[in-house]
Amino acid sequence: MSKLIDAALGIHPTALALGARRLEVLAANMANADTPGYKARDVDFRSALREAAGARLERTHERHLPGHASAADTLKYRVPNQPALDGNTVDAELEQTAFAEAAVRYQASLDFLASRIDGLRKALRGE
Amino acid sequence: MSLFRIFDIAGSALSAQSTRLNTVASNIANADVASPTAEGVYRSRQPVFAALLRGERGAAQDRLPGVQVLGIVETDRPPRVEHIPGHPLADENGYVYFPGISTVEEMANMISASRSYQNNVEVASTVKQLMLRTLQLGQR
Repeated sequence: MSKLIDAALGIHPTALALGARRLEVLAANMANADTPGYKARDVDFRSALREAAGARLERTHERHLPGHASAADTLKYRVPNQPALDGNTVDAELEQTAFAEAAVRYQASLDFLASRIDGLRKALRGE
Repeated sequence: MSLFRIFDIAGSALSAQSTRLNTVASNIANADVASPTAEGVYRSRQPVFAALLRGERGAAQDRLPGVQVLGIVETDRPPRVEHIPGHPLADENGYVYFPGISTVEEMANMISASRSYQNNVEVASTVKQLMLRTLQLGQR
């Protein structure tokens, strides 16, 4: 049953979790906009999502350990446009726009999920 | 829910930036405080920021740091010396010592700190909205 629901929800729960992770990374970048030597990082969303969605380990025996794909935690350093003299590579404007984009994507995932849940509910009620 | 940690991160940044605003306020307020000796003059204070890694699991490069204020240092910029013989705080040669504080520098520092503060407030409020919407997921 839960596998069925998982299939019905599609990729959106994974995308939501990744989106939350990306928001966190960008928030850390912005928090450290004035920290000497801090290097800005970001999640490569496309490849992280592909890995997180595809790298699910199937178990052939119930006593096998469930595998966790930790590929979602591959953070990449940003290539700085204009690094500061103190070694900080956070570009506040760039991070702001990236954060806004990530927030919108997160909302989109939420909306997709909500409509999928709505569809499931309708199917269950048989209206 | 990993979004909760953003509040820690943004909160640490808010606290660090408000420390910076405090030192700027202190520096500007004391920019014209006279002293009879070069040693006793007020020195401008500057906070030192560093990334703060909390004790969480995972490899070090995957952890997301907040900000901490390592300490507040006093700069060793030489004081401004003025010859005002009638000044009540003048030394025997008629010199008065003022802090070597550049008000323009401090104002720029203040604007930078307040912009960073605003950025982090924005982050926290956006994340709060997203979390509330996530909590409402599936309710109708």
